[in-house]
Amino acid sequence: MDPLALVLSRIQFGFTISVHIIFPAFSIGSSAFVATLLVLWRRTGRDHYLRIARFWTKIFAVSFAMGVVSGIPLSYELGTNWSRYSVATGNVIGPLIGYEVLTAFFLESTFLGIMLFGWTRVPPWLHVTSAVLVALGTMISGFWILAANSWMQTPAGHVVQNGIAFPVDWFHVIFNPSFPYRFTHMMTAAYLTTSVVVLAGGARYLLQGKFQEEARTMLRMGVGMVAILGPAQLFFGDQHGLNTLEHQPAKVAAMEGHWENNGPAELVLFGIPDQDRELNHAEIAIPRLGSLILTHDPNGRYAGLKDFPKGDRPPVLPVFFAFRIMVGIGVLLILLGLTGAYLWSRGKLFTTRWYLQAATYSWPIGFVAILAGWITTEVGRQPYVAYGIVRTAQALSPVSAGTVATSLIAFLLVYTVVFSIGIYYIRRLVLGGPKPAAVAHGALPQGLPNRPLSLGAQPHEAASSEART
Amino acid sequence: MSPDTLSGYAYWLPLVATGVVGLAVAMYVVMDGFDLGIGILFPFYPREADRDQLMNSVAPFWDGNETWLVLGGVWLLVAFPLAYSILTPALYVPIIAMLLALVFRGVAFEFRWVAKPHHRKWDVAFAAGSTVAAFAQGAMVGGILNGFRIEAGQFAGGPLDWLTPFSVMCGVGLVVGYALLGACWLVMKTSGDVEKTARRYARPLLLALLAFIVLISIWTPLQFERVAARWFSDRHLLYLSPVPLITAGLAISCWRGLTGRIPTIAFYSAVGLFIIAFAGLAISTLPYLVLPSVTFWDAAAPPKTQTFMLVGTTVLVPFVLGYTVFVYYTFRGKVHPGEGYH
Repeated sequence: MDPLALVLSRIQFGFTISVHIIFPAFSIGSSAFVATLLVLWRRTGRDHYLRIARFWTKIFAVSFAMGVVSGIPLSYELGTNWSRYSVATGNVIGPLIGYEVLTAFFLESTFLGIMLFGWTRVPPWLHVTSAVLVALGTMISGFWILAANSWMQTPAGHVVQNGIAFPVDWFHVIFNPSFPYRFTHMMTAAYLTTSVVVLAGGARYLLQGKFQEEARTMLRMGVGMVAILGPAQLFFGDQHGLNTLEHQPAKVAAMEGHWENNGPAELVLFGIPDQDRELNHAEIAIPRLGSLILTHDPNGRYAGLKDFPKGDRPPVLPVFFAFRIMVGIGVLLILLGLTGAYLWSRGKLFTTRWYLQAATYSWPIGFVAILAGWITTEVGRQPYVAYGIVRTAQALSPVSAGTVATSLIAFLLVYTVVFSIGIYYIRRLVLGGPKPAAVAHGALPQGLPNRPLSLGAQPHEAASSEART
Repeated sequence: MSPDTLSGYAYWLPLVATGVVGLAVAMYVVMDGFDLGIGILFPFYPREADRDQLMNSVAPFWDGNETWLVLGGVWLLVAFPLAYSILTPALYVPIIAMLLALVFRGVAFEFRWVAKPHHRKWDVAFAAGSTVAAFAQGAMVGGILNGFRIEAGQFAGGPLDWLTPFSVMCGVGLVVGYALLGACWLVMKTSGDVEKTARRYARPLLLALLAFIVLISIWTPLQFERVAARWFSDRHLLYLSPVPLITAGLAISCWRGLTGRIPTIAFYSAVGLFIIAFAGLAISTLPYLVLPSVTFWDAAAPPKTQTFMLVGTTVLVPFVLGYTVFVYYTFRGKVHPGEGYH
């Protein structure tokens, strides 16, 4: 095995999956948002729900396309770069991904066609149903892929023979010990992150004095969701952490920068972990709080990094900092939600300029938290790729460093260019805001122009799209 | 492993799984074939309005079509992890090239509308991405027919082993074939100038594809002894004679569809040509999944994995096919100039 090829393959997989996760997380949230709006519109008949739904459909469509094209490479990289991983775990992991394709990908992609292009081709109830099915598809997709990931973290329901995992009990494979926690934590993160974007968009329009009716609805829905999901996520995250302590204690020790198990554990607020010297530099810590959080007992004890052989410890520094970034952002989001809810209860939500201004800038932080969370859990699983079954260093394909370097450069260039432009387009769509509903649901004869994206263009482009159609 | 020593599930499951993986690959080739073909034909339609029409004719479907590619790859992993783990590193370069090309053409479907009037670069991305993806897929087929160096159940060759004159020819052949599917789709789904242009290009494309089919049919038995043995030893050619005969029949009906009044005949004949060519390749190579030495029995996942997958497939694929038909039905009929689904 070529050590350089290993490093480059890890960078490539880490890079491609990190870019990817942003889009499905946003697609899970925005598809649910659009479906909710369409259902509300059907039930209340209030047009501004439809206007917001059409506007968000365009944003969702651009995000979804980026999620699809950045997702396909992952299912092939498992072989191109990690063929020994595929041999060792494919018998167990493979079907989970297969079920994701069969139950989720086809559902999403097929009904997406109707959701995007069927506004005038199918009756409104069927269009709304398609939007609900797309949102459901994104959830089912999350179910399977998180089952697969959780199995890599806390494998169960299998036996290992000659280094290859064989399935024994599919129920235990799917509902492995960390799956319920990870699924809840990640889906909540997706909805929370998207709600923050909705909240931020509403705040921006209010400050600009544009699209007032839509802006107030977006702000109310965003604040409501963040105020509920933010604190809920704190609880889910805590539960997930306890589950990790039970099944992957080395990961928790790295997250906490906890080296020695020699008494009640302090909570390290800040420090710079030093993997070689086995200590934290510049440490700021609160006595006994670590024990209280992780064992719910001020005198509790839990394993420190020194309890594990050096070769079995994850890289502490990235896990330690990524975890703090995630938790820090979580706290900010709770503040954002609860402050908004307080202002709302006082009837001042739409007029408190400092809050709206702060909210405007909050849109990307949920994504940062998601990435930080994934870095925590994935780097924290090292040195294993499937915990206790295959080490990452044993999982590499027979590929040369030169080949991987070439593909890595190509991925870096293409992804940077394509996805930067895509995010720029999404930003421009959001800044452009909802347009008056030029066409009502099902009100036009068949075949007339009604593509949601063309309505999202800038004014001069809207003119050109009129000319086009 | 010799299949004679296998019995029961161990014999039948890999056989069924091969059929299932083959189905996914065939579905992918046919369905994404025509929308990649439309990207390949993009340069032949310089007018923006025509290009809008080209894109609108496949916009509601492309995403579902491409999902078959994911299914094909994943099914190969599920049912034949050994084949997956040899083929994907062996085809590293064309696979990555295909994936990156698909990124460009996939995002073009959305970005092109959002970027207007500055959409030219996405026209280029769509055309180039579609062409490169098609070429890479054809080159992979060529590489697979060539076979790979395998040691201890792993690929043991170099990164460019797949690249031979034969695989390049297969790459070009698939670009031509997809362009034919795309042209026949346009004849069926568009009208006016777009349809006329498609009709004009479709006939030379059909002839070119037939030339490639003939070329491959001569080249493979000459180069690969096992292919010659499969087709020409004993009375094999007699039993296999329907393959060339059906090919000829489909070519004639495609040609007549292109010149006649019923354009759907041309499209379905072209689809038939692809399916029969795919069957021909299967006849040439099976039971080997990875030439020259790995059969689908060797590569098979344990029965527990294959049954779990096959149960899901049996229950779920009919639903998938059902709503695929539904979405094609919803967007049936021609796209006319000056109107779109958008």
